[in-house]
Amino acid sequence: MTKLKLDKVTLEFFPRTGAPVLALDDVSLEVGEQEFAVIVGPSGCGKSSLLRLVAGLVEPTRGAITLDGIPVTRPGKDRGMVFQSYTLFPWLDVRNNVEFGLRIGGIPADKRRHISDHFIKEVGLEGFESAYPKQLSGGMMQRVALARALANDPEILLMDEPFGALDSQTRSLMQELLLQIWQHSQKTVLFITHDIDEAILLGDRVHVMTARPGRIKERVEIDLARPRHVDLLTSPEFIAIKRRIMGLIHDEAVRAMR
Amino acid sequence: MHRSRLDAYAAPKKEIPRSVYLTVSATVGVSVLLLWCLLSYGGFVRSDFLPTPVEVLRAGVDGIQDGSLAVNTAASVGEIMSGFILASILAVPLGILMGSFKIAEAAIEPVTNFIRYLPVSALIPLLILWVGIGIEEKVTVIFIGTLFQQLILVADVSRNVSSDLLDVSYTLGANRRTVVTRVLIPATLPGVVDTLRVTLGWAWTYLVIAEFVAANKGLGYFILNSERGLFTDRIFLGIAVIGLLGLITDQLFKLLRDWLLPWATESR
Ligand SMILES: Nc1ncnc2c1ncn2[C@@H]1O[C@H](COP(=O)(O)OP(=O)(O)OP(=O)(O)O)[C@@H](O)[C@H]1O
Ligand SMILES: [Mg+2]
Repeated sequence: MTKLKLDKVTLEFFPRTGAPVLALDDVSLEVGEQEFAVIVGPSGCGKSSLLRLVAGLVEPTRGAITLDGIPVTRPGKDRGMVFQSYTLFPWLDVRNNVEFGLRIGGIPADKRRHISDHFIKEVGLEGFESAYPKQLSGGMMQRVALARALANDPEILLMDEPFGALDSQTRSLMQELLLQIWQHSQKTVLFITHDIDEAILLGDRVHVMTARPGRIKERVEIDLARPRHVDLLTSPEFIAIKRRIMGLIHDEAVRAMR
Repeated sequence: MHRSRLDAYAAPKKEIPRSVYLTVSATVGVSVLLLWCLLSYGGFVRSDFLPTPVEVLRAGVDGIQDGSLAVNTAASVGEIMSGFILASILAVPLGILMGSFKIAEAAIEPVTNFIRYLPVSALIPLLILWVGIGIEEKVTVIFIGTLFQQLILVADVSRNVSSDLLDVSYTLGANRRTVVTRVLIPATLPGVVDTLRVTLGWAWTYLVIAEFVAANKGLGYFILNSERGLFTDRIFLGIAVIGLLGLITDQLFKLLRDWLLPWATESR
């Protein structure tokens, strides 16, 4: 079952000064129900732009995006998003951050509390309900951001390099946590990274993008058994896939430099 | 060992022990006082140029006893608060709009930038012509002087609110109105409080200038009047009172910020 579909999507920016920027060129992409889809690509190839298109935060210049067959025209809570930058509301404590979407959606207090309890527990932040973001580490903030997106029960979870700013140990822990949560929640995920290990460890399918203007260069199926753990990184199957993706990206990185 | 510690204190942006911090502050404070005593009691400077600390204190006691200090302080504080509050009421919402809505920026910013670079003192003759030399003139000077600075500063605060913060709100189901009221405005609060704190300090400058030009009460008037009679001790007193009031309001703003916005990171 196709969940998300991008059909020949082109995105061009027209900056106030300078030439137009062709960020995405004729991108077609399908993500199945409950699939964990990953996009990798060289820096500046339009990965974030692609995610923002799906979120409805920008409009494509040409082409169509549909979720469950319904065209995406604006942002909505059916597409939850986790950003690379820390985007918690600093004036709300952990619980109120997680309940933000529920509160503006008019969900009654007892139900909100029930839901936030559940997701705060899922991300392992029990006991931090009344902490403010400034008291949390980067990894904790991203866990709250994840809980906040999940609390809205979105159809698809969009993640833009959510662990990019974390140190490598924290990142590994976050990857395992995300895999666990994904397994429980059975959400469809569209995940962006430039970390190839992360892409292979998490994804059912990895879409490799070309340097700007971004196109989908290749789809790589990751048929590694689940549940997966970080120790998979040293297995021969993993390394074989990694070599292949690295080759694809390397060509693009070189092309981008020229 | 000794050398290496001194070395550590000389590193940029590094914390130093609180005891060292306080010792340095106290030493400089006491030195300035000692220098003052030396110059005045030692007879190095004529007493009508530089009064002794005790003379200033005595002037203070006199001022309290004859009520002149209270009257003039109350007048100045009243004028400053009226002008400042009026300016803030207008500048905060407009500044937030200006920083986040291009259409508001287009409407307000050009005018603001023009007026902002006019020294408000240049407007005083015109204002006297328009509103006279009463309290209205002081309030207007403070209002104009503060408003346009606040507009620019608050607009900057609003402009610097991360657009990711707004975007994430949209993806959580917020509409535009909700994003403005529940995200943009709260996100600007720490910066707005800091702006008010800084501009209140500037407002004193405008007030004193306005009172120098034309007034029959207020701390600026008190200082100018003392100068006419060569009462240097009273000049010093007036200056000290303004400094003290500035210090107090600054601390009040700090307390307000800690109390109202405990979630905010430290102010600059
Ligand atoms: N609002 C905009 N106006 C003009 N150009 C833009 C805008 N947003 C993005 N771009 C350009 O579009 C291209 C793609 O940007 P995007 O942020 O999507 O890339 P990315 O793959 O996410 O990069 P990174 O790996 O650095 O996160 C870049 O060249 C960028 O400079
Ligand atoms: Mg990006």
